[in-house]
This record gives sequence, structure tokens and C-alpha cells, in this order.
Amino acid sequence: MAQSSPPENKVPNSMAQVRITTRYTLLDYTRSRRFAILLGIMLLISAVLTFVVAHYRPASFVSSGPLSFYSGWWGMSATFVVILSGIFFGGDAISGEFQNKTGYFTVPNPIRRSSVYIGKWIAAFIASSIVLFIFTAITIANEAYYFGLNVPWQFTESFLFAWFYLMAVLGFTFFFSSLFKSTSYSILVTAILFLFAFTLIESLVSDLAMIEPWFILTYGSQIVGNVLDATYPLHVVTTVSHFGPRGVAVTITTFSVTIPEGLAIIAAYFVITAILGLALFERKEFN
Amino acid sequence: MTNPSIEAVNLSKVYGSFTALSNLNLKIEGAKCVGFLGPNGAGKTTTLKIFTDLIRASSGEALINGFNVHTHKKAALASVGTLIETPEIYPSLTPREALGMVAELRGVPHAERRKRIEDVVTEVAMQDWIDKRVGKFSKGMKQRICVASALLHDPRIVLLDEPTTGLDPRGMSEVRGIVKSLKNKDRLIFMSSHILSEVSDVCDEVAMIDHGKLLVYDTIQNVTAKFSGGVNIVDVGLTRPLQTGLLDGPITKLPGVVSVEKIDDKRIRIHCSGGPDVQEKILAGLVGINIGVVSFQPTSSALEEVYLNLIKDTL
Repeated sequence: MAQSSPPENKVPNSMAQVRITTRYTLLDYTRSRRFAILLGIMLLISAVLTFVVAHYRPASFVSSGPLSFYSGWWGMSATFVVILSGIFFGGDAISGEFQNKTGYFTVPNPIRRSSVYIGKWIAAFIASSIVLFIFTAITIANEAYYFGLNVPWQFTESFLFAWFYLMAVLGFTFFFSSLFKSTSYSILVTAILFLFAFTLIESLVSDLAMIEPWFILTYGSQIVGNVLDATYPLHVVTTVSHFGPRGVAVTITTFSVTIPEGLAIIAAYFVITAILGLALFERKEFN
Repeated sequence: MTNPSIEAVNLSKVYGSFTALSNLNLKIEGAKCVGFLGPNGAGKTTTLKIFTDLIRASSGEALINGFNVHTHKKAALASVGTLIETPEIYPSLTPREALGMVAELRGVPHAERRKRIEDVVTEVAMQDWIDKRVGKFSKGMKQRICVASALLHDPRIVLLDEPTTGLDPRGMSEVRGIVKSLKNKDRLIFMSSHILSEVSDVCDEVAMIDHGKLLVYDTIQNVTAKFSGGVNIVDVGLTRPLQTGLLDGPITKLPGVVSVEKIDDKRIRIHCSGGPDVQEKILAGLVGINIGVVSFQPTSSALEEVYLNLIKDTL
């Protein structure tokens, strides 16, 4: 005998579905091997810095006070930790849904694709933030060892800038991940862009063409380190050097991003890549 | 509550110069199991992917319970369970967690969630693995969990794309058993398959597609009657060897019987004209002859004959 139809479940709203996706994706991320590897790399960087500072006692770290210490330690490595986190958690976040076929498990549910995208992004942001927080704690612990616990407001500012930069990096890596269906391509391209290409373009544009590289995300990220300098660097510095027996004059222009400019660059990258990434994922087909 | 329904209206999908689906019009309504047959590249998976919003139609509409899947996805898929290709599950999650995510996304009430998950996992015989991480599972084990995911919210409509792919014989049999049990629960099941015996076994109706075009959609009885020269095939199992003379005598003379062949001592194959009514009379006649009938099973051969008649190419 035929049974009656089952009662219809009330499908949660999109915000609730974002929370659900975030929770389970985060669970998957934090148990994953890549999370352990990223933590390992971050701990290795911290260990190397701890050893170098303790053993060699470089004057720039330990002789001029806490701000100088943070500038040397955090200013040198925080953006690298952020970039690695972005590549690890964002590089294949969306392309993996296609290549690994996990999208076939989630997308045919009554859920908007944007909820899947945003949920995964938030999970990546939280997982990356955990790594960044641990690195921050190790940095502060080292500074406390040499100077007593004395966190200057510039470091708080720098930490917030790094966190904001993490948003943009993940926005960018998610966007690139939406462009590709191959996880290795998307990871490789984002890694090359962040670790080599952006820095190279930035140098070429500013040093040779003497144009401010305001369109490069890594240029905007300079605020993370610059804010820790005792005196914030001048926006534009033009140096004329003379080379050779005839004293040929060579003009070199160096640009340092201002804080409002850096924040604008980071915000623009985040907003634009988030919109583009979402639009791409909405349209992309599971062939 | 209205009958569950899925409907393709002038549904087309074009990839460059290749037409994967061409003006498909198909309406399936009510509690039944419909087999979706066709050769590789015929458009079966394309159709199912459009119905689950994995791909978009180039033109036309895919409607589930009257809702357009693309424009009203949440309403359309709220009461649909799906299994398309062989999905992967986030590898660090356990089946309990992965199914928990699906249950939450689908709004299964919190109080019922745990029991529902345990019930469906038991139904696919994976209860011993419910708290192990999916990353270590074989393809067949993952497929079982995905079948469980499709059934988790007790859907009114189930869309299955070759659901027994990757399963061992026991797994295939269990999935067929699950599909049959769904039929008894007043559900609409639309299932693509390459296995004609599977379709014959579990489906009431069949839709055949080739080169993106629907060739036929009707009950299996009508399709086989219409496209196999009106002849259906029934295998009859006997408890004792058939006596000489019965084959060409009383059995062949039963009304509706076209021809009879002996498969072995205890099995005969009857070619008959007509549908279930005629087969019922033949069965009654065989019992009357007292030859020890223990099974009477329409075979997939008739469907296979139709398939081979209608579909000439394999690609």
C-alpha cells in the first residue's frame, strides 16, 4: 500500500546555510594535512627567528626597543604568513569543488552557490586567522622576553592591517580558484603571482617606469611593515646617484604606500575579486 | 499535496557545435520509477545535471514540482534527493558529519537528525563506518554514503545517475532493493542506467534517449509490446524437468503464446504477444498444466531488443 508523502522540511535561509557550510568546511580544513603543514611552516619560521635573535642578538631587534623588534620580526614575515595561508586555503578552494567532485555533493542541494562560496571563504578566513593568531602570539612572547610585555599601538595597527590583507589575499585566491577547474593550476598560478610576479612587476613599474604601483596588492600590503617604522616612510623618495668616471646621473624613485592608499588598495582588491569570484562560481558548470 | 513531478520543456544543451540535448520534452508525474536509457553521450547525465542545477540549459526549462530549477532552485530541489555521477565528500569528515551537513542544509529538524542519519547509513550497510573519515573509503563505500545522502531527508523525488556504478554485486543488489522500497513509499524515482536488467527489474516506465533526442517514453510493457513486434519474453522456472511433448503441445497452444524454447531441463522461455493480462492467463495456464512452476519473470531481453532496435549507435 502506498504511504503518504513525507512532510516537507523547511530549508534554512541563505545566511543559515552560509553558517552551516562554514562550520563543516572549517572542520574539514582544521583536520586536513595542509592545515598541519601550514602550522608547521609558521612554527618553523618562528623557530628560526627565535634562534637567530637569541643567538646573534641583532642590534636592530634587541637594542632599540619593542617597536624596532616588531618591525624586524613581524614586518619581515607577517605578510609572508598571510600569503601562504591564502595559497593553502584559497588556492584550490573552488577549483577543488570541480576537480575533486565535492561540488557534486553540495551543489545539488537546495542551496545557492553563493552560500557555498561565502561559507567556504569564511572557513578559509577563520583557519588562516588561527595560523596568524598563533604567529602573533609567538611574536609577542618573544618581544616580552626581551623587553617585558610592551605592545606598542603601532603593532596593534599592523596586526589589523595584516588581518585585513588576509581578507584581500583570500578574496584574490578564491577568485583565481574560480577561474580554473584544475586544483594544481589554480594553486600554482596564485603562488607564482604572490611569491614572484607581483613583487617583480612592482619593482619594474616603480624603479624603471617611475610609476607608483598602486594597482598591485602587495604594494598595498607594505603598510603592514611600514607602520612599524619609527618614522613612517615618505611617500615618494627620489635619489640621484652618479655612476662611472663620467659621473652619469641615475635617478631612482622609490614609492612607499601611504596608510589610506594601502587600505584602499586592499579593500578594492577584496571587493572586486569577491564579486568576480562569486559571479564566476555562479556561472561555472560541472561538466 | 500534489503529485511529485519533473518536467523538461523544450530543454536543450549545446556545447559549441555539439548538441548534447535537443528540445527534450518529457513530463513524469506521480509515484513511479522511470528508467532513463541511452548510449554514452546520449544526454542522460546532461539532463540530470540540468535538473540539479549543476549545469544550465541553453534553452528550455527544467521544472520540478512546477518550479524552475535554475531560477527557483531552493523550492525546486527542497524535496529532491540526488546522486549524480560519483560525488566526493570532504575527506576529513566522517559520514555522520557529512550527512549532518546535508541534513542541516536541507532543514531536517534537529530532533530527527541523528536518527535519520543512523537509519540511512544502516540502510546502505555502512553503520560500522559512520564515524570513520571518508578520505580512507573506497569508491563503492563513498557511493553508498552518497546514496544515503540522497535519501536522508525522505525526498518525494529521487534523481539517480547510474546509482550502482562502482558498487560490488552485493552493493548493486542493495541499492536496487532501496529503489524498490522507495517505490512502495509513494516516491517518484528517475534513474539513468546502462544496465537493462536493472531497469527491467526496478522500473515501471522507461524513457529512451539518443543524440539528445527522446525516442520513446512509456511503460516498459507498452514499449516492449510496441517496439519488439508486440512480443514479450518471460522466463519460467520449474521444480522438475519438463516432460517431453509438453513444449510443442499444451504450452505452445496457450492463448497469447507465440513460441516456446527450452533453456535447460528446468527452465523455459516463452515469447508471447500482449501485456500483463495475457501473461496472467499464460501463468494460470501453466499452473493448470501442472508442470511445477516456481518462477515467472519477464526478462530484460525484450527491453534489450527494443533498445537495440531503437538505438543503432553506441556513441
